Amino acid sequence: MKRILAAFAGTVAALVLLFSYRTSLGDAVATLPGSAAHVASGAQSGAAPTTAGTEPPPRAGTPAPSASATVVNGATEQTPYGPLQVQVTLAGGRITQVTVLQHPDAARRSQEINAFALPQLRSETLSAQSAGIDAVSGATYTTEGYQASLQSALDAVHHAA
Amino acid sequence: MPHSRIRGRAAPPREPTPAHTPTSGTRAYVHMVMGLPFSVHIRGVHLRGAESAAVARIWRDLRDADRIFSTFRADSDISRIARGELSVDDAHPSVAQVLAVAEAARRRTGGSFDVHHSGALDPAGIVKAWAARRAAHHLETLGGDWYLGAGGDVLLRSVSSRPWRVGIEHPGDPSGLLTALDVGNGAVATSGRAHRGSHIVSPRTGRAPTTLSQATVYGPDLLWADIYATAWVAADTTAPGWSMMPGYECLLVTESGRTLCSPGMRAMLAMPESVDRARRPESRTNRDQEVPAP
Repeated sequence: MKRILAAFAGTVAALVLLFSYRTSLGDAVATLPGSAAHVASGAQSGAAPTTAGTEPPPRAGTPAPSASATVVNGATEQTPYGPLQVQVTLAGGRITQVTVLQHPDAARRSQEINAFALPQLRSETLSAQSAGIDAVSGATYTTEGYQASLQSALDAVHHAA
Repeated sequence: MPHSRIRGRAAPPREPTPAHTPTSGTRAYVHMVMGLPFSVHIRGVHLRGAESAAVARIWRDLRDADRIFSTFRADSDISRIARGELSVDDAHPSVAQVLAVAEAARRRTGGSFDVHHSGALDPAGIVKAWAARRAAHHLETLGGDWYLGAGGDVLLRSVSSRPWRVGIEHPGDPSGLLTALDVGNGAVATSGRAHRGSHIVSPRTGRAPTTLSQATVYGPDLLWADIYATAWVAADTTAPGWSMMPGYECLLVTESGRTLCSPGMRAMLAMPESVDRARRPESRTNRDQEVPAP
């Protein structure tokens, strides 16, 4: 079990190294460990044309406001109860939606945890994020997956900046 | 005369600053060490060359610490000591320093924090914060605001007037947040009942603690914030026979969901109503209510 965890940690480490690799010009690679990150404008189907249509054209000389939605997937984190991954939707620099892509449900224990945790996830996370969180402090290990994914979403947001 | 030589020397070339380089905003760097994600966030002044060099030095220092202390590496100093192949005196000087901290932690927490609890020497509970605190000094000269996140513990600096906002994980819903703290300078560490590395055992009962589900400690030193956070959970009581050093504040969540907070910590809460809500679910309708100053 330890060996599997260690091997996974190695894989994650390699992914993080790979995606945080900076080119010789020093540009941050705006990609996040995980998968197809950074889907711009129209993450939510149906909303996209409206958003694009009502968006005022950026004024010359000012940076374009990021009114379009950006979807970032947190890294898949291996917890002792299984893989965990969250997806965060950003608009205008604020987190507008949090979706759990993967959650551990293999072990009985994790079902107990998630039966309580998941229904609360969106509102709790949104209320916290709306206050502009810069960092996250949390107990590691059993909760590492959640914590790391939320922090890695923050990391990714600023990698992309 | 050396002095005139320095004065007469041409000014060093400035770091090239491409047009697309942000001169403000936050830049994040991430690295996995010790099986944990470490991240550096820097905002404000952007000295590109100096910044990337400082971050690289942090990762190097953390990897060095891992080589010395990892119990997963057979060739680490700590593994060789455990096998009796190496004495502490002959090991890397860091080992003696960490063990000295461990002993101080045991004394200052009345035994609540004890790296020997399982019979074998495992200073993993100290090494992360110890190494992070030490490595972070590479950021001190950059002149901007920064924080170093170390697997759930955060060390923060703000030379501007703007604090960092640190979300505190919800113990019953670790992908959500319990509340947030506004921190200019200092460290925030959080421990839960199943802290990484070794499950916490209460030295009082010899069993897994059941009183607190989570403890968060703010203080000037990341190492002691981390030690105290673990000690609170391990103490298995909200009234241990020891107290934290001056300058340290705590936010405790009991098993039943009650939130306890030292006065200094309460003053740092960015969203005090969220703590009230966790403590008294029925106050949901009063969430905009002002919390009286402590």
